[in-house]
Amino acid sequence: MAVLEHMAVLEARGLGKRYGRRWALEDCTLSIPEGRVVGLVGPNGAGKTTLLHLAVGLLAPTSGSVEVLGRRPGAGSAQLGRVGFVAQDTPTYAALSVSDHLRLGATMNPRWDSAVAGRRMDQLGLDRRQRAGSLSGGQRAQLALTLAIAKRPELLVMDEPVASLDPLARREFLEGLAQVVGEFGVSVVLSSHLIADLEQVCDHLIVLVASRVRIAGDIAGLLGSHRRLTGPRQDPVTLPAGHRVIEARHTGSVSTFVVQADGPVDAGSWVVEPVGLEDLVLAYMGRTADVDGGGLSSVGVRS
Amino acid sequence: MTRLTLRQFRTPAAVAAGALVVVAVVVAVTGPHLRQLYDTIAVSCRAQGNCPTAFNSFLNTDSSLRTWLGILVIVVPGLMGIFWGAPLVAREWETGTYRLAWTQSVTRGRWMAVKLGVIGVAATIVAGLLSLMVTMWASPLDAANMNVFGTFDQRDLVPIGYGAFAFALGVLAGVVIRRTLPAMATTVVAFVGARLAFTELLRPHLIAPMVRSMALTSNIAGLGFGSNNGGPFNLLPGSPTIANAWIASTGIVDRAGNAITHQYVARACPRLVALGTSGPPAGSNGSTRVAAPPGLDNALQSCLDKVGTAYRDVVTYQPAGRYWTFQWYELAIYIGAALVLGAVSLWWVRRRLS
Repeated sequence: MAVLEHMAVLEARGLGKRYGRRWALEDCTLSIPEGRVVGLVGPNGAGKTTLLHLAVGLLAPTSGSVEVLGRRPGAGSAQLGRVGFVAQDTPTYAALSVSDHLRLGATMNPRWDSAVAGRRMDQLGLDRRQRAGSLSGGQRAQLALTLAIAKRPELLVMDEPVASLDPLARREFLEGLAQVVGEFGVSVVLSSHLIADLEQVCDHLIVLVASRVRIAGDIAGLLGSHRRLTGPRQDPVTLPAGHRVIEARHTGSVSTFVVQADGPVDAGSWVVEPVGLEDLVLAYMGRTADVDGGGLSSVGVRS
Repeated sequence: MTRLTLRQFRTPAAVAAGALVVVAVVVAVTGPHLRQLYDTIAVSCRAQGNCPTAFNSFLNTDSSLRTWLGILVIVVPGLMGIFWGAPLVAREWETGTYRLAWTQSVTRGRWMAVKLGVIGVAATIVAGLLSLMVTMWASPLDAANMNVFGTFDQRDLVPIGYGAFAFALGVLAGVVIRRTLPAMATTVVAFVGARLAFTELLRPHLIAPMVRSMALTSNIAGLGFGSNNGGPFNLLPGSPTIANAWIASTGIVDRAGNAITHQYVARACPRLVALGTSGPPAGSNGSTRVAAPPGLDNALQSCLDKVGTAYRDVVTYQPAGRYWTFQWYELAIYIGAALVLGAVSLWWVRRRLS
């Protein structure tokens, strides 16, 4: 997981947010590298939204610290201008028209790029007089993305931007995102529970479970260093040396393992297959906190 | 940011402007006639020396419109608190748009300050214009009525303070509660409560009332005897006619300030009590008119002479000359309270909603 050769766009240390007696995020430490499209995945309640709200300055930490682009989030208008945010369900003002929203963006952001906003509106074929309340979910998400990108941020943060969209709108949104990323070279952090979508746009992945980073790394590297081993059921398990078990399943006389190994390892009699991103993420989500130390002796079992 | 605020405020502003235009039309149509009528009556009644009677019948002109316009001046500040103040932040929270608004390159403190400033000023302008129109329209009636304190909170400056205060109160309710309807309901209760508490408990003590102490004579208007609601027979205080004054209290008291007791009257004036308690049953509310028993006036006069050695009729009141002092005081207090509430809202949005 050597990803620290880049400067971090987001650096959290022991970050926590408490509501009353409930911790929405507790003791979260993570680092998100610059220049990537980072997918943040995790089960509901892992603290993804809280983490992202802390990153854009909507929330203030109860404990620990978070720095975005080297500064405290929301610490003044300049810092707010460096980070674009597309919130969950892409909120817009229902009574205001599309062009009202563009004017909102223009008056509230000194670095507003009206050419970019106009071009995207033309591409999307949105009627600018239409009220945001009557837009489809996909159009509203595109409008929200336009607002976030036309302020010319250095970092674009998106919280489940496609979760409520139909597959076609989802694809169009992600294509628009990919285009924007290619054009402006903006760093992106994007939370989603749809792993197939992440694979389409992201090059870096962070799995967050119960405020803890389960795994983080470039997707290509992760896929290269993980594999699935299948063989006859054994008890106790004796796997080839150098493998770290992420997930073990035993069905009938067959045992299947998702394992991690940094280099080529002699797998012996095991059948070795590559692991898809979705299975990889699910394997890490299934691991419980007490096996996080890793090692052959601690095997998380999903059945 | 100001432009955005105005854009989002376009519909409520249009509604308020429309309502003001309606009031302006009503006032423009009926006002000149009222003024003309008053001038005519004033000239003729001064010549004939029957002004109180003439003005009394003049007061019936447009009396229901007068009542309704007065109610409007009292209610509109509350409506602005409910419909402009309470939803200001609560709606952003309910619809989630605060996540859009507060992640633009404008700090939320500035966002809040501009919203509070622009719409707060609009609320004071609406309250001020409404009060101005109604005050001008009603000035002939108020001149005839000779009771400026009776319409104190429907006229002149104080409605401006109520407007600013109600708006700031609504905003704070919305900021703290974060849900529009409960915030609206809270605004109503808090605004009515604050207004009543101020009017009943604070306003009378803003300036110590003036005191007028009079020897007991039957010349004092209203001085008499009887029983209140079937209670024991007693002397009842009168009050002099002081034009446009706000009478705070009246009483028949001794040098130490103690009110006269019915036992004292029974001992001092047995003949008056005997004559006074004969006739219609006590507590008849004056609906039965009977001829006064012979010798009653005499009995009252001798009673007053006797009691008057120890007791006087004392009236406390605010004179008409203090009307504007009270207006300015109350305006300043409500505006000050609005500024404090606004500052709390600002602090809450910056520190607590995160």
